Amino acid sequence: MKYMLIMRATDETVAAFENIDFTEIMESMGKFNDDMVRAGILVAAEGLDPEGGVVVDYSAEPPVVTDGPYGETKELFGGFWILNVASREEAVEWARRAPLAGPGAKAEIRRVTSIDEFPQDNEWIQKERAWREATGQL
Amino acid sequence: MADPTGREAVAAVWRIESARIVGALARSTGDFALAEDLAQEALAEALVTWPREGVPRNPAGWLLTVGKRRAIDGYRRRSALDERYAALAHGLGEGGAYAGTTVEQGQDVLWDPDQIDDDVLALMFISCHPVLSREARVTLTLRVVGGLTSDEIAKAFLVPTATVQARITRAKKTLAAARVPFEVPPAQEWPARIGSVLNVVYLIFTEGSSASSGDEVIRFDLAGEAQRLARVLARLMPQAPEVHGLLALLELTAARFPARTGPDGEPVLLEQQNRRRWDHAAIRRGRAALARAEQAGRGLGAYGLQAAIAECHAVADSVAATDWERIVLLYEALGQLTPSPVVDLNRAAAVAMAQGPEAALSIVDDLVAGAALAHSHLLPSVRGELLSRLGRAAEAREELKRAVELCGNERERAVLAGKLTALG
Repeated sequence: MKYMLIMRATDETVAAFENIDFTEIMESMGKFNDDMVRAGILVAAEGLDPEGGVVVDYSAEPPVVTDGPYGETKELFGGFWILNVASREEAVEWARRAPLAGPGAKAEIRRVTSIDEFPQDNEWIQKERAWREATGQL
Repeated sequence: MADPTGREAVAAVWRIESARIVGALARSTGDFALAEDLAQEALAEALVTWPREGVPRNPAGWLLTVGKRRAIDGYRRRSALDERYAALAHGLGEGGAYAGTTVEQGQDVLWDPDQIDDDVLALMFISCHPVLSREARVTLTLRVVGGLTSDEIAKAFLVPTATVQARITRAKKTLAAARVPFEVPPAQEWPARIGSVLNVVYLIFTEGSSASSGDEVIRFDLAGEAQRLARVLARLMPQAPEVHGLLALLELTAARFPARTGPDGEPVLLEQQNRRRWDHAAIRRGRAALARAEQAGRGLGAYGLQAAIAECHAVADSVAATDWERIVLLYEALGQLTPSPVVDLNRAAAVAMAQGPEAALSIVDDLVAGAALAHSHLLPSVRGELLSRLGRAAEAREELKRAVELCGNERERAVLAGKLTALG
């Protein structure tokens, strides 16, 4: 089963993070990632640049585009890992070990759905399959 | 979380940590069988304590500390206050003063990554030791390296739990009687010893991927566990090309799983499989592992050759577009390395595709003459297929009838019966 571990933070978390020595962050994050590689369960991992984000708000028609998210961020999506583990509890256990700390720092754990769960006779699902086939996507 | 008893959380930690815990205890006590007992005792204690008090901050440290304390208790009971006791007590940072089994949360047991790697590798080598029967190797590896419970192993292999427990007990006694040391074997012994480790992982995978019987969902997990073990090994033994060959074979084989069964769970043969349903990320990982195996420049071993054959299928858009000539050559190489009638039969099927049924039939007829695979449905089913392509329908019918009679798997039998009907 594939699970996504989503790093979540607030502005406060990001600010607190900036006071930590970067090599220290690299080391703790590197060790955590390496532990997952060592355990043979890490599928993918990416981090997201907190700078220069843009928010599109669909509450209005047409949608409103603003720079962000910042200023009053309740939730900042900071990056993700995808793990292939035998149970949800195992994903939780890995999340407990993530080197995330500080005010507002959170990790969310969500099962990654598979294309097999969609109607296979749908034209768009078939198109997506073709793309996955051509590119070797997860 | 929907885990009211907290048992699931303990099981998850155990799956992640068991190899480290058993490895570290085996190293510190010098006794693999004892280490496995101690680890199980620590696990039993966790099952009581954690649901009540929460999972400790450093679960591995907690388990290891409890295991070591149990070891000291044992030595004490046997009044074996020897060096091992002193070393263990010292390692716990207590001069033997022992007060209960509560372990402070957050107590940090030092983990040296290189030492962990060595421990886990030593564990793989000992649980796959040639002195053990194949069954014992598979069971012990799943238990100590994979962190599966006896119940889970029993379910996966469709045997009673008591049988699994008996196998583990006997395996530990065998290792003790043979005085097998807990160590990574010296480099000169590797070529002789790696084969057994790889074979165990391969057996776990085939058990998980053969739909011959049992609950398929569980068995797929077993295949997944074998892939995980192969990845762990690739990390621990990057310099051994055949480890990458095995990983490649498992990835490329598992890539076909989504297409191997139809809507009603019936088996779908390679030529009928919808290749879009193959797991193309797994194909990519498999090809990367195969490239690593080839980079070593020492030629491919048996797993690497099978992976290369699987790659030929994986990169082809259809059966017709497959490089059958190359597959024939790969089977020839495999036959030299590991001669077996099954390899010859597969080679015959590839020859049929590359050069036509006539050439393939002579290979199959040689096998028949050699009385190979006498009780298997494989030979008559391939022979029947070839005869039917050569337009010898009457003989083909006879062969397929035999195949249907010999086939033990209901679903496969249905496929063969379908072919028989098609012959009219």
